[in-house]
Amino acid sequence: MGTDNYLNHTRGIRSWLFTLDHKRVGVMYLGSITFAFFLGGVFALLVRTELLTARETIVEADTYNHLFTLHGAVMIFLFIIPGIPAALGNFVLPLMLGAKDVAFPRLNLASYHLWVIGCIFFVITLHTGGLDTGWTFYTPYSTTTNTAVIAATAGAFILGFASIFTGINFIVTIHRLRPPGMGWFDMPLFLWSLYATAVIQVLATPVLGITLLLLMVERALGVGIFDPALGGDPVLFQHFFWFYSHPAVYIMILPAMGIMSELVSIFSRKHIFGYTFIAYSSIAIALLGFLVWGHHMFVSGQSSLLTMIFSALTFTVSIPSAIKVFNWLATMYKGSISLQTPMLYALSFIFLFGIGGLTGLFLGALATDVHFHDTYFVVAHFHYVMFGGTAIAFFGGLHLWWPKITGRMYSEFWGRIAALMVFVGFNLTFLPQFLMGSHGMPRRYYNYLEQFTPLHQASSVGAYIMAAGLFIMAGYLAYSLFKGPRAPRNPWGGGSFEWDTPSPPRHDNFAEPPAARDPYDFDGLVRDEAEGGYVRRD
Amino acid sequence: MNLAALMPLAQEMGSFWMPPKSSTVAPAVDAVFTLIFWIAAVFFVGIVGAMVVFLVRYRRRPGHEAQETASHNTALELTWSIIPLILVVVIFYVGFKVYLDMATPPANAYEIQVHAQKWSWSFTYPNGYVDADLHVPLDRPVKLVMQADDVLHSFYVPAFRVKMDVVPGRYTTTWFQATEPGEYVIFCTEYCGTGHSDMLASVVVHEPGGFDVWLEAAANFLETLPPDEAGEKLYVARGCPQCHSVDGSAGIGPTFQGLWGSTHALADGSSVTVEENYVRESILDPQAQVSAGYEPVMPTYQGRLKDEEITAIIAYMKKLQGQ
Repeated sequence: MGTDNYLNHTRGIRSWLFTLDHKRVGVMYLGSITFAFFLGGVFALLVRTELLTARETIVEADTYNHLFTLHGAVMIFLFIIPGIPAALGNFVLPLMLGAKDVAFPRLNLASYHLWVIGCIFFVITLHTGGLDTGWTFYTPYSTTTNTAVIAATAGAFILGFASIFTGINFIVTIHRLRPPGMGWFDMPLFLWSLYATAVIQVLATPVLGITLLLLMVERALGVGIFDPALGGDPVLFQHFFWFYSHPAVYIMILPAMGIMSELVSIFSRKHIFGYTFIAYSSIAIALLGFLVWGHHMFVSGQSSLLTMIFSALTFTVSIPSAIKVFNWLATMYKGSISLQTPMLYALSFIFLFGIGGLTGLFLGALATDVHFHDTYFVVAHFHYVMFGGTAIAFFGGLHLWWPKITGRMYSEFWGRIAALMVFVGFNLTFLPQFLMGSHGMPRRYYNYLEQFTPLHQASSVGAYIMAAGLFIMAGYLAYSLFKGPRAPRNPWGGGSFEWDTPSPPRHDNFAEPPAARDPYDFDGLVRDEAEGGYVRRD
Repeated sequence: MNLAALMPLAQEMGSFWMPPKSSTVAPAVDAVFTLIFWIAAVFFVGIVGAMVVFLVRYRRRPGHEAQETASHNTALELTWSIIPLILVVVIFYVGFKVYLDMATPPANAYEIQVHAQKWSWSFTYPNGYVDADLHVPLDRPVKLVMQADDVLHSFYVPAFRVKMDVVPGRYTTTWFQATEPGEYVIFCTEYCGTGHSDMLASVVVHEPGGFDVWLEAAANFLETLPPDEAGEKLYVARGCPQCHSVDGSAGIGPTFQGLWGSTHALADGSSVTVEENYVRESILDPQAQVSAGYEPVMPTYQGRLKDEEITAIIAYMKKLQGQ
């Protein structure tokens, strides 16, 4: 086509690696986290294959311990936490504001470079003894095992700063770069969710950094902090760790909820219902999320009083999440609901996150959590939230913005097939795990009682189906880059500013700043067959 | 205790969702589960049901347009905020109330000391007897006072709905009152390394009167049994089989088969003949002379095995060699 856009504006590998363009940083993040997701996925498939039989199947116990640890650590630190904000958020956030870039483009690039360095540390970990602590690094196991704990924690420490940089950037960008006429309550809800996420990234991540640093000091210098053999307290580590890592759950899920608000509204052609409640519920989740970390520790030996307080606070977080789900349903009411691929992911999200959220009630309640804690019930619960919620919404957002990012349309047919396979495979993988867990099957088990074999095998088959769906997705997305039809400006009829730009957007985003308007007003948008997408007719 | 031996006692699957209810708190815990289950089921069916109805009625098709509706309704939104809020308060309360019972051992509870280490359990009864399995009386509250040697472990009996972490450097406690005689599985549920998933034991709930008879007979084994049989009993009770096989199969530590009297290669390149003093040293100071090809991971039994007990274990090793 030859038109100037951000992809062909400058050429050469250096123009990418040292770009200050938020779109290119976003695309590099997208490619990189896809690599991490692939790596973590391979570990998951190896874990599920080992669990096909109750005893040794393909690897030894120690190798299995490495596999589940690396699956968790790679998926969490390298994929889910940066996933939506740093990849999709980076690309979309300035566009949604009608801005030319984020507030600090150099900081943005630095965030990506730190991510790469953190990733290198994880690769070093793989080649220097691996990691067998579980992604939680619980002491004193992590201070005494002979695996590469220091390399892994150094990696997580550096990745923490990548996350903090993104958070600072987004907060300042949303405060300072909104166009004239766009108040806080005129923003697309995805930006509210990124803002709430950024607040957690900036406030919670330093605690993880300090905790991991203390762990390194203990391991390297023998200073007693967490290891009782040196005079330390292992439960203190758990408090420090979860003070970050529970809010981190909301770093993972809040941006996913933001994508959901966009998807449900666009594909129902309905103004989002209850904008204010959704916006405030993001902030409520971010703040309340700081007060519930102790629910990971109900049987850790913390005092019974703390346990009760944390249980009570935990239930308060469920309300804003429920509000969002009800508002999405109300948005669909009397809409014109399309079943295109991004919306299939949105519908999957409501189903899967519904299960993930509601099973959380069993874990917030003290009497039942004592039984379910550290069993497969918990494993199933958090996969329903983290994969059924975050990863599914990530795929929804990826399919929503893919035409904008790449300028190409993917195959709708294969998109729907893959979405269906992921949905079916996911449920087959994790529904049996609820049943195993409620019957007492502990997590992180290499050998297991024979009675759980059929459920484990069903779960593994589900994982293979899900993997096949994801490979199909990778296939048609890659194919679209070369052979996909050119994407129109606005293929779905979205109302926010990013749909005003060409696909792919020009280097400086907008020739002139767009005028503020309601991002959820679809009245003026009509489908134009010649264009292949939607155009604004006022 | 190896896995195969535990299989029969885990066969009983209980109900569709939960394992058998074999303690006083289990019915109460399951009642909380059932309450939450139905609340969750109603919400899930409501949410997914509404979604499906909307999909069918408002699916995009020729001639169908989105209809204008209100974009917010404060009364409605407050309603669907406050009703769930009331329900979670109820859920919190019932969960909390049952937990109070679970967290408070009765004053007259029978106390057993629990010792967790990589990767075995041992249970010390009030008369000083130590066993690898937990034996308890029926219908009497039992309080466990637990400690760990090395890393975190967690004591879990699904049939009793009881779980508590075992933390090095502090005591943790839990309690239960068994209501059904039989054998139940104990899992370690805090990840503790290589043998984590083999760190199992069983709880034996004795018929009325059976516990005291068992304990007295069991505790006198050093006097009543020949030394090699007493040694075999100690071998099982103190968790040795977790790492040392007696049939030549590979483990975390060297097998005892063919060990006694052999010349044994050490990690530092030297070698040693396996005789009384080497075995004694390996039990009391395991890191002093580590076998070639094995990690120095064995915990010390200093202060936990008496001289006559070590003698019995040596007798058992001699007998193995005689076979």
